Amino acid sequence: MNRVPGSSDVSSVDVIVIGAGPAGAEAAIGAAEGGLAVTLLDEQGASGGQVWRAPVGGYPGKRDPEAAAGAALRARLQASAVRAAFGHRVWSVVRDDSPDGLTPGFRVDAVGPHGNLSLRAPALVLATGAHERVVPFPGWTLPGVVGLAAATVLLKSHGLAPGRRVVVAGCGPLLLAVAAGLVKAGVEVPAVADLSRRFDWLARMPAVLGRPALAARGAGWCARAALSGARMLSGHGVRRAEGPEGVERVVLGPVDAQGRALSGPEIAFEADALVVGHGLTTACEVTRMLRATHRFSRLYGGWIPEVDEHFETTVPGLFAIGDGAGIRGQQIASLAGRRVGLELWARAGHADVGGRRGSDFESVDRQLARARPFSDAMSGLMAQRAGQVADIAPDTVVCRCEDVTRAEIDTAIDQSAGSIDQLKHFTRCGMGPCQGRYCGDTVQELMALRLQEPREAVGQWTGRPPLRPVSLGELVGEFNYDDIPIPKPAPL
Amino acid sequence: MSASLLFKPSRLVAVTVEGETRQMPEGMMLASALAATGLRVLRRSPRTGAPRGAFCLMGACQECAIHVDGALAQACMTPVREGMQIELRGAR
Repeated sequence: MNRVPGSSDVSSVDVIVIGAGPAGAEAAIGAAEGGLAVTLLDEQGASGGQVWRAPVGGYPGKRDPEAAAGAALRARLQASAVRAAFGHRVWSVVRDDSPDGLTPGFRVDAVGPHGNLSLRAPALVLATGAHERVVPFPGWTLPGVVGLAAATVLLKSHGLAPGRRVVVAGCGPLLLAVAAGLVKAGVEVPAVADLSRRFDWLARMPAVLGRPALAARGAGWCARAALSGARMLSGHGVRRAEGPEGVERVVLGPVDAQGRALSGPEIAFEADALVVGHGLTTACEVTRMLRATHRFSRLYGGWIPEVDEHFETTVPGLFAIGDGAGIRGQQIASLAGRRVGLELWARAGHADVGGRRGSDFESVDRQLARARPFSDAMSGLMAQRAGQVADIAPDTVVCRCEDVTRAEIDTAIDQSAGSIDQLKHFTRCGMGPCQGRYCGDTVQELMALRLQEPREAVGQWTGRPPLRPVSLGELVGEFNYDDIPIPKPAPL
Repeated sequence: MSASLLFKPSRLVAVTVEGETRQMPEGMMLASALAATGLRVLRRSPRTGAPRGAFCLMGACQECAIHVDGALAQACMTPVREGMQIELRGAR
């Protein structure tokens, strides 16, 4: 095995969990309750993921059910035997099976405040969450344009209003939550533009009413935004954001069910920020890197790893839960985490402790089944709309990192970039520091549209390390030149 | 250009941004602390030189990567500490 220079020895544990949101933290706590040695890694400073993010820097945070749930999870994690390593960015995951090949194993490397941490375990749980999808429009790279999920981070965790007058646009349940959150924080919201039409919401009412508490909160958000004087525009999207050095004006216009612009009056709003999000995409870089089998699901956010009833991927010992395994929301993430915790306990030989575990499995599976209709209804509102992607203007930047435009992507495809990886080589799109996280879903759709092929045929970019940009200095850490082993010269 | 704090910080500390001292709430994430002082253009894009600022706020997009005490760091994941030296990447 290649040793990372300067790293301490590889510590062996029973379970490594990456991602301390509702799914990962729940799995870690469950496995630790079963007596397993669990290390939980997260790049943020506390558990909770994005949905239950902890306030920082003296901000007291909001008082809402999410804040309470996050605090409860953090308290349970604190009281558990889980070894949590926050502020650790996982940059490498490799398979490290036993020499006889009989026991699966994984080696995980993460850079933290004190250098590199190397771990080995026979079981790896991925709870890596989601990235925000923002389908490009002119001006989407301007300072002052932030994601919907990004706005929730500002409101829940940082304690910042992104502007004084903020347009909110996009789709899905976050749209109204953020609009209401901004209004409550004293921000003027001149307009809320929803890609979905009223019919899209009405069609989902049966599923939504299955969760009355959430339905009531949704109605409350809508009322709060509307009562503040915001123009509630359904079936509208962002045409463009304008301003020389940051957002000063946002232009909205009507769209069809596929997100394609309809002819109709454009409405312009003076604003100093635009909060916009078009759903979420799965952060499935690790399963891609480990060559697990994936399938494309427009409903669940794009490419998702295939998992069995235990949430185990096609790579033995590798589990995938939470939004990183398909956009299904917090409730399903928490339940999947519990399910994996139980499974790891059972595999450690504790299957029949008084028969209790068997009934626990059944109970979690029942709750998962009950949670699906609401979750699917919300996922449907957030799914990528092909017409919106087809509508991207030729001179609009698609890859933010490398400033690659739609026209350049189309030209490369026409000039025989035949695969998604080849397109990257031709244009550099997806090659910048975000590693394709923010353009991948759009670029793949553009290629599918151009070649008139299904997304399955276009595929996804090959997963490669490092998973996060890390500096050589962070990896190597402090070292002594005398400690560097110098190999003997080769014999002549 | 008017992002604003939603709370009264208990402690402000001095941070140097491009040689100029700014007061920021200790422990607040740098991207938001900079925005609260009116600074949201953090760098220029490499190819067209377009202005860029914090975008995802969760450590993934790298738009807010700036030099903190000489090393590249994501401003949305870096808490404010007293005496930090910040250099923006071509934004000023």
